[in-house]
Amino acid sequence: MIKIINLLGTPSREKFSLFVPIGIFLFSLGLIDVTLNSLFDVNITSFFPRGLNYFTPLIFGFLGLYYLRIEFSGNKMLDKLNININSNWFNSILTLLIIFVLIQNIPPLLNWLIIDANFVGTTKKDCSDSGACWIFIKIWFPRLMYGLYPNAELWRINTSFIMLITLVVALFYIPIKLKKYLIIFLIFVFPFIMFNLIHGGNFGLVWVETTAWGGLSLTFIISVFALILCFPIGMFLALGRRSSAPVTRYASIGFIEFWRGVPLITVLFMASVMFPMFLPDGVYMDKLFRVIIAITLFEAAYMAEVIRGGLQALPRGQYDAAKSLGMGYWRLHLLVILPQALKLVIPGIANTFLALVKDTPLILVVGLLELVGMIDMAKTNPDWLGFATEGYVFAGILFWIICFNMSRYSQRLEEKYKTDR
Amino acid sequence: MLKYIKQLTSLVAVIAVLFAFTTESMAAKKSKTLKNTIKKGFVRCGVSQGLPGFSNADASGNWTGVDVDVCRAVAAAVLGDASKVKFTPLSAKERFTALIAGEIDILSRNTTWTLSRDADIGLTFVGVNFYDGQGFMVRKSSGITSTSDFKSGLSACVNIGTTTELNMRDFFTANGITYEPVVFEKADEVVAAYDSGRCDTYTTDKSGLAAQRTKLSNPDDHIVLPETISKEPLGPVVRQGDAVWEDIVRWSLNIMIEAEEYGINSSNADAMKTSENPQIKRLVGAEGELGAALGLDNDWSLRIIKQVGNYGESYKRNISDTGILPDRGPNELWTKGGILYVPPAR
Amino acid sequence: MNLGITTFLDKRPKIKKYFPQIITLLFIIFIFGYFTYNARVNMDTRGIDFGLRFLGEEASFDISFTPFVEYDGTKPYAKAYLVGLVNTLIVAAIGIFFATILGVIIGISRLSSNYLISKISEWYIEIFRNIPLLLQLFFWYFAALRALPLPKEAINFFDIAYLSIKGLYVPRFVWTNGSVFLFSIVAAIVAIFFVFKYTRIQQEKSGRRIPAFLISLGIIIVLPLLTFLIGGVSLTFEHPELKQLSKTIYNYIGGVAIIPELMALAAALSLYTATFIAECVRAGIMGVTKGQKEAAASIGLTPGQILRLVVMPQALRIIIPPTTNQYLNLTKNSSLAAAIAYPDLVLVFAGTAMMQTGRAIEIISITMLTYLSISIAISILMNWYNKKIAIKEK
Repeated sequence: MIKIINLLGTPSREKFSLFVPIGIFLFSLGLIDVTLNSLFDVNITSFFPRGLNYFTPLIFGFLGLYYLRIEFSGNKMLDKLNININSNWFNSILTLLIIFVLIQNIPPLLNWLIIDANFVGTTKKDCSDSGACWIFIKIWFPRLMYGLYPNAELWRINTSFIMLITLVVALFYIPIKLKKYLIIFLIFVFPFIMFNLIHGGNFGLVWVETTAWGGLSLTFIISVFALILCFPIGMFLALGRRSSAPVTRYASIGFIEFWRGVPLITVLFMASVMFPMFLPDGVYMDKLFRVIIAITLFEAAYMAEVIRGGLQALPRGQYDAAKSLGMGYWRLHLLVILPQALKLVIPGIANTFLALVKDTPLILVVGLLELVGMIDMAKTNPDWLGFATEGYVFAGILFWIICFNMSRYSQRLEEKYKTDR
Repeated sequence: MLKYIKQLTSLVAVIAVLFAFTTESMAAKKSKTLKNTIKKGFVRCGVSQGLPGFSNADASGNWTGVDVDVCRAVAAAVLGDASKVKFTPLSAKERFTALIAGEIDILSRNTTWTLSRDADIGLTFVGVNFYDGQGFMVRKSSGITSTSDFKSGLSACVNIGTTTELNMRDFFTANGITYEPVVFEKADEVVAAYDSGRCDTYTTDKSGLAAQRTKLSNPDDHIVLPETISKEPLGPVVRQGDAVWEDIVRWSLNIMIEAEEYGINSSNADAMKTSENPQIKRLVGAEGELGAALGLDNDWSLRIIKQVGNYGESYKRNISDTGILPDRGPNELWTKGGILYVPPAR
Repeated sequence: MNLGITTFLDKRPKIKKYFPQIITLLFIIFIFGYFTYNARVNMDTRGIDFGLRFLGEEASFDISFTPFVEYDGTKPYAKAYLVGLVNTLIVAAIGIFFATILGVIIGISRLSSNYLISKISEWYIEIFRNIPLLLQLFFWYFAALRALPLPKEAINFFDIAYLSIKGLYVPRFVWTNGSVFLFSIVAAIVAIFFVFKYTRIQQEKSGRRIPAFLISLGIIIVLPLLTFLIGGVSLTFEHPELKQLSKTIYNYIGGVAIIPELMALAAALSLYTATFIAECVRAGIMGVTKGQKEAAASIGLTPGQILRLVVMPQALRIIIPPTTNQYLNLTKNSSLAAAIAYPDLVLVFAGTAMMQTGRAIEIISITMLTYLSISIAISILMNWYNKKIAIKEK
């Protein structure tokens, strides 16, 4: 077999102008064969016997790449290509297979997603069967974003999130002196403002019951509240776990290991079904609040482990130096240890937040309708049956954009803080 | 002199306190739920997540249905206005725990009255507002026309945690058929699974089958098999331990049924105040002190009939006229061949 | 600051030492006591009694997927709990198996010199890691598997297995004297263990290399086959047959039915967890210093031997702890079965059983304790492994 291929001789730099055009020709032949086959159903190699038909693109491509495999050809592009995807026959076959699979699958996917999709219209009849029906998403978009929140009050949700984003962005640009006050404001005062805005009932705002909150805004509300609340609890747990007092240490260990060992679904069931039995007769706590408390405690355990990692990484000398200055336990930790430890674990905290955002869809099993729950509700509406795929693809893309950017950001933070030390 | 004034003041104080206690107990006896409802200003009602005819919300968020009407009757009786109700949609999983926890005060969600539910989990059933039975739905194209056509190997979709799940097992075991149960939490998921072909048959209460059929992609492709395999008396539920609230809900429902028995409806209720029949006059509050026994004023029954209507009007409005179940079946008055027979309100 | 309490405590150093602990202890006792008291009061008013007696009561509901346990509606709730637990472990085992294979492949591909392959692995990891698991599960179950055809037009795999909307039907293994076969396998494994030990001792004593791998391969093939000839073991297959239940309803009877809920859950769990395992594998392999590979090459080992004898043992030390953590996460994530109709522990016990009996506190506590026990068992195993392979500092 090798002898036949080597009829023309081994590919080498001397016969550059002989091998390269032949290689490119054969390789393109393989590509064109696959393209024509999958996109246009045209088979240019039909004169070959049946079994061989499937493999002709592979053979052409393989031969083409073999001829292109000239070591040290002197052509920068060819060399780069050869090192990366053509270094030996195994690699070239893998490359070919990947390219063929992409050619066969990406055009139909794009077709369904964009080209044949329906963007304009208002009812189910405007949707053709061949493409995605994005009209479904367009019509339901306000509900998917805001849940069953009354349309007239949507400005309240928008205002609170705009405030949150501006405050967080401002955190990066204001001078250090004011940063401390801004952080205290963000952690202690802002939750009340946000809660009152969205919940209503005071200050002349219409009361909106928590069962009406939903959609993507509910995802963010829960994530923000859980993050702000789980942080101090996690800090106390981490410190408690490292303390020398046996009661505190074992209580912290027990708490942390308990919440880390159970799945989030059982925690949510506990909050929605079991917890009300522990409240006195007649006292009723809203389901959303119980769920937020449950998620907070759950994430606090993970946060505690992350912070504990940071505390362990600090050299012992810091403790000794601070103690030699006469600082008590709390001053030592608040002024010396925690600022350094937290800076070390900022990527870990960002990861925990990311995990929190990815865990929020679970609340639909207890009846709170965030984005995925809203899509479930939309797809079973009698007027809009059968659009499950569009709904889940849309939610997937949305979540992916959010989570991908957050993970990229946390990777950048990791780079930045790694060089600091 | 001062001593007498002091004594008189304390006496007046004691009498005032006693009076306050008695008026309070007259207004709310020992019912925490009634007190809280009056304080909040609305009745908290647990309903389904969307069952046409029983409890269903339209696009603007208005709830209608026979279960909804039970809560509205209670609101009319207690708060004077049938619209003062907050509806909480609940799945089959959380319906009982929501009631036990105190998230809602009435569960009006086409719930079957069984012994274990009544005695074992801290709830009380206060009546039946719909007598039903369990049935099966199949596609017309399958050629099955009766449950005797069922063969082993069938897959059946059902809702989790319902009497339907248990009854289905009893039925198939009794007939020696091996089957595959596919259980989902949300009724909508059950319907979607049946529609897609994942299951060969869908089983729930026959009224539910008729209502959910409207949510299928081609409602006319499906039929409900004629056999009824169980008794499903559906009715409202309240928490155990609050006797006054139980009575209020029970008798609000009974008033609706008895009003139809005596021919009182929402349009002629006022006119009926001058009727010759003393029972009719009692039902509209023109005679007797029925309200006081429940801790309500005497117009409570009149408000129910005027604002919500009698049982027949509610049924017609929600179930017959919408085409779900055109005729009333067992849910007709006992005087007309059905089995609705309620204790007299006197 | 109030000087009263601080000076009071300063004068009594012993109390000062124990003060915070006492406060914490009292706080914990207070919280637990408050909850228990309220729970007791609530249950008394509602007339519910607390206890595990309900576990002996008849379950009266059926479960669709009970592969290894004999179960029907007349069995007690405790049996239903067992079925749920077994189903959870089954889906966890399948998920772990596929996630590991996929994760290792992707992790190694990520480090490949082939640009296309490493880029594709990178994009795979980024895509499947950043979409919530529940969403992936819903996509697989409600969108992908619902699009499968009805049993009549099922996808046919060489007339052995059939894939339809109702599941994947494969032939069932029917053993006679299956226990003999099992014993032979166990005996073969024990024999192989001794073979490896013996060859290692031999190699260290005299330098003689015995092909242990080939010998063990021979043992594990020959010994079980022998049982067919001598031990009276025989194997037949029960094929799934298409049976017509009515004019349009067809179903496969016989064979083993792998329900689509299990397939969707296993697929979603594997694809999602594989991304994390891939990252662990990549970190492990990159964590072996370059010098090791170069030194191994300099003494004449082939690339395959380098990978097997030098890189992998060191990489495994770094890979195994976080990977077992991922296995644990996968087991916990399998509880998402409650959102689709797969009868695992949460759906069967904390779902149907809880709704039928109303015993929320007992059932949820038992469920949480089960998962907690699994987590703690794996943690203890992990700690033992870490201690065993820890590099002893000089």
